[in-house]
Amino acid sequence: MTDNGHPLTVDVRHRLGQFELNASLTLPATGVTALFGPSGSGKTSLLRLIAGLDRPDHGSIRIGPDVLVDDRCWIPPHRRHLGVVFQEARLFPHYRVRGNLTYGMPRHMEQRLQPLSELLGLTGLLDRLPATLSGGEARRVAIGRALLSDPRLLLLDEPLTGLDGNRRTDLLVYLRRVASELSIPILHISHDPDELATVADHLVLLEDGRVRAQGPLDDLLMRFDLTSALGGFNALSVLRGRVHGHDEAYGLSRVTLADGQALTVPRVSAAVGADIRLKVPVRDVALARRRHMELSYRNQLTAIIEDIAALPGQEAVVEVRLRIGDQPLRARLTRKSSDELALARGQTVVALIRTVAFP
Amino acid sequence: MLTDVEWAAILISLRVAGTAVGWILIPGVAIAWLMARRSFPGKALVDGLLHLPLVLPPVVVGYLLLIALGRQGAIGQWLDQTLGIQLPFTWQGAAIAAGIMAFPLLVRSVRLSLESVDRGLEAAARTLGAGRWRVFMTITLPLILPGLLTGTMLAFARALSEFGATITFAANIPGETRTLPLALYTLIQTPGAEEAAARLCVLAVLIAMAALIGSEWLARRARRRLRGRDD
Repeated sequence: MTDNGHPLTVDVRHRLGQFELNASLTLPATGVTALFGPSGSGKTSLLRLIAGLDRPDHGSIRIGPDVLVDDRCWIPPHRRHLGVVFQEARLFPHYRVRGNLTYGMPRHMEQRLQPLSELLGLTGLLDRLPATLSGGEARRVAIGRALLSDPRLLLLDEPLTGLDGNRRTDLLVYLRRVASELSIPILHISHDPDELATVADHLVLLEDGRVRAQGPLDDLLMRFDLTSALGGFNALSVLRGRVHGHDEAYGLSRVTLADGQALTVPRVSAAVGADIRLKVPVRDVALARRRHMELSYRNQLTAIIEDIAALPGQEAVVEVRLRIGDQPLRARLTRKSSDELALARGQTVVALIRTVAFP
Repeated sequence: MLTDVEWAAILISLRVAGTAVGWILIPGVAIAWLMARRSFPGKALVDGLLHLPLVLPPVVVGYLLLIALGRQGAIGQWLDQTLGIQLPFTWQGAAIAAGIMAFPLLVRSVRLSLESVDRGLEAAARTLGAGRWRVFMTITLPLILPGLLTGTMLAFARALSEFGATITFAANIPGETRTLPLALYTLIQTPGAEEAAARLCVLAVLIAMAALIGSEWLARRARRRLRGRDD
């Protein structure tokens, strides 16, 4: 990690047939950045430019002061020290898992092979040939192979495509763990809002080859104008909390938020004391003026209304931005309810949360 | 068991065909790679030239070789005067004739394999820090191995059976350029040598079969390994 601590800056123009990519973005030097957009928005093209598999028509890509490409200079892909995990695992069929993992591994990474194989659950697979692996196993090998090449940045091109729910969740958990344990920044391409709410710290929203918005995940999830791009009906907020305890009899867990309020959620696998993310669908948050005792909504959080706005093109619905301690949360109500409750900015209300999902 | 004449024919044949294949192997792979991966002006013309030995009468190829590499030929004169190398009427000359006739078969086979290699694997290898040469040696070459083996065998078989270009350019000299087909031809021309001719004919079939089976076995092993089985 020669350049640990430097942000990646991209400012490129690149024409591909009718499509034009015209993107300026900066990636923070730590954490997971999701490059998000519908298919055809240019995500993979941008990744190929960063990886050096294509050369942009104009512009530059650099990591800190280090130029990867500009109008005069060109660093070929094998000297960029970037790890790439493609949509397909792209394992070398004639190498065993061990050979794939060590293909790009420099000497000083040798002592990482063992712990990383354990982290990714690959220890039992080292002597297998790729053709005998399941989809999830192959992806994990691809992730491990990229990490062992000692990259200064990890590029993931929808590495979870085609995996079923459980495996996806497993891999997402692996990814977050790996990112934090190795402190390698990750650029994660995705078109799934749920996936990005699970892994991302930072978000770049790409539309028609242009960057529509970029910034910390929470800030972007709270922007009403991005609702349709970030999941529409399925838009969600992320709450961060700590596991406080488990109720085995009812299969529930108790999670406390930073401001001391608590939530009851279906039993999570994380241990007591672990920090977790809770994904709260915007449409599953209701509002009340005061606490209710006889109600099946178990989770009632005191919140302050920050903003109320109508969604463009949706007459019947309003969106409300709340603050719980220092955490933002969104709620979607009918305009009629909002008027009847006489909701206004600055008001203290109770947020009733019906469902919560977690990675 | 075998007569001296038969031994000589077999050894010369194997030496000529082996040398021919050895000489064309690397240029063949290089040209197949160019044809599969690069576009350049005049590519269609090069493609046509590459296939010429397949469609021309072998005698024409032998004749063209004589013109180019004969003692009076443009290249042959230079070779003779500066390096003291004479190719016509030598087994090396026979190997050149056989190599040229076998070249298109090798190139075609390797090119087809190259075109079916998943370029994504090569791109992945490059992002893992491998330069072009390492990618070729560790990814591309192993992946085209079945096609390369098949192509090599085809070229070897073609070189073994080469007759027209060889007899035109290298003549039919016992102990030097009299390969198995030339020896067989000579025996057929000789009254009363029917039995000897038949024996040589059987030998030719046996050698060709052995080469076929051997290369097929190797290619199958390589393919099976790529498909992920260990045996």
